[in-house]
Amino acid sequence: MSLRSASENPAATFEPTPDATPWAVKVDNLSVTYRTAVEKKPTLKQTLIRLGRRQRIIREIKAVRDVSFEIPHGTTIGVVGVNGAGKSTLLRTMAGILPPSQGRVEIFGRVSTLLALGVGFKGELTGQENVVLGGLAAGLTREQVAAKYEAIAEFAELGDFMEMPMRTYSSGMYGRLAFSVAINMDPDILMIDEALSTGDARFREKSFDKMRELTGKARTIVLVSHGLRSIRELCDEAIWMHEGRISMRDDADTVVDAYKEFLQLKREGSDDDI
Amino acid sequence: MSAVAESPGGDEFSGEYHVYEPHKVGLPPLGSYFRALWARRQFLFELARTNLRAQHFNTTLGQLWLILNPVMLGIVYFTLVYIIRGGGRGSIFLAHLMLSLFAFRLVSTSVSRGARSVVGGGRLILNTAFPRLILPLESVLESFMRFLPTLAVYAVVHVAVGLPIRVSLLWAIPIIALITVFGAGAAMFTATSQVYFRDLTNFLPYFTRIWLYTSPILFYAEDVPDRLRPILYCNPMYPMLGSLNYAVIEGRTPPFGLLAASLAWAVGTIIAGTLFFISREREFAIRL
Repeated sequence: MSLRSASENPAATFEPTPDATPWAVKVDNLSVTYRTAVEKKPTLKQTLIRLGRRQRIIREIKAVRDVSFEIPHGTTIGVVGVNGAGKSTLLRTMAGILPPSQGRVEIFGRVSTLLALGVGFKGELTGQENVVLGGLAAGLTREQVAAKYEAIAEFAELGDFMEMPMRTYSSGMYGRLAFSVAINMDPDILMIDEALSTGDARFREKSFDKMRELTGKARTIVLVSHGLRSIRELCDEAIWMHEGRISMRDDADTVVDAYKEFLQLKREGSDDDI
Repeated sequence: MSAVAESPGGDEFSGEYHVYEPHKVGLPPLGSYFRALWARRQFLFELARTNLRAQHFNTTLGQLWLILNPVMLGIVYFTLVYIIRGGGRGSIFLAHLMLSLFAFRLVSTSVSRGARSVVGGGRLILNTAFPRLILPLESVLESFMRFLPTLAVYAVVHVAVGLPIRVSLLWAIPIIALITVFGAGAAMFTATSQVYFRDLTNFLPYFTRIWLYTSPILFYAEDVPDRLRPILYCNPMYPMLGSLNYAVIEGRTPPFGLLAASLAWAVGTIIAGTLFFISREREFAIRL
């Protein structure tokens, strides 16, 4: 592994081969609860009004409730479910961005994430500068980012746009660069949240090929998507989340069929209409 | 619950094995936290450098503003004092004013940029796991990078008004270091507070303005009448600017009392600020 960021870490000798440890991800009794004040922006006025009424508006949102599962190395697993089912919260907790309220998440390998809101790109910086910043944020050294830069730029096929500020990009170009960064980090575990919708059909095929290439190397992919065709095409298994719980886990076709039945959308070829 | 330390070499931020669990006392394991922070140092520098560059890229004068801003600010306040006092206080006072003002700006920009660092870091926070302390530290580094050119401006004034170049000038290095550390601690406080209380950035400009006027910048510390002295002594900028004034303007070793007070403010603020920030930082992702 050339990606090691902290060589003093004894666990860094871990190699992501299927037989070193059976699991890439192990989730035990995970619950994630947001406690959030109702107003989106806590301001003085709102606080005073609330105090005046002697109210304390704290809402608990149980986004993930007592979820346990394991993902073996080399698996591509899809996560489906209606909006608000807890898919993105689960993924963010697995990526170490959101704190668990209860339970435990163990991750065996280097994670690369491609989440719904896009990478922390800054519009006034060029694509190239953003790639460097993103790589450094993920914990790579400058040399490691430089070594990967060519592959990232080539895969994204943005040509001269790499030298342009990202505010000049179309959303498709944005998505291509984000995907290219995530996949070229050479992760052991790639977590993708609804990010395959951008980009044209050709780039999408190319992305699928690249992901299959990763699974061929015993890497693991967790794919949250409403694009049921992508789930069928790419995934071995799927998890259906409903109201924070796992309501089904099986091979991808079975789960997608059941989920579609649930949505009463058992029409021909409607996989991507959802 | 906090079994992180027992895990086989695992921690939250580095390496190939991660365990995520609820923290028992609200603090992550500090050893691994700071190791991960250190591992991101290149990120810190790159972020500060690109932010600084991006801020002036569409102005005609560009990076020249890093010099122009402090010069014009110095002129504004010098004029103000001239008018209020109905006359000049001499060229040495100009040197005192410039030096103190620039040092104060190092703290005040750290604090105000720091306040925006977490709330403004939205996407980065929601999409990437890294020690969030990077964000206020970046504000401080950026403020420090803005401060450096003002030293050149001051150096010109220093020589122009005929102040001597003595060994005591070297005291400025540790004093400026303490001022920066203090600014970092204060930035961590404002960064955290802004997440919970979004009005903070509206109050801050007025607060820093009052702070500026109550610090020995537009006047000498000796000018302060006795009955107002307690206010001066409560101000953390007083020992720091006072020491700086002794070392650079008066060319003497600063009194021990002022140095000790500066050190205490800096160390106390950075420790309290760091612990406050780290204990809350896991909540940031759900509160943005």
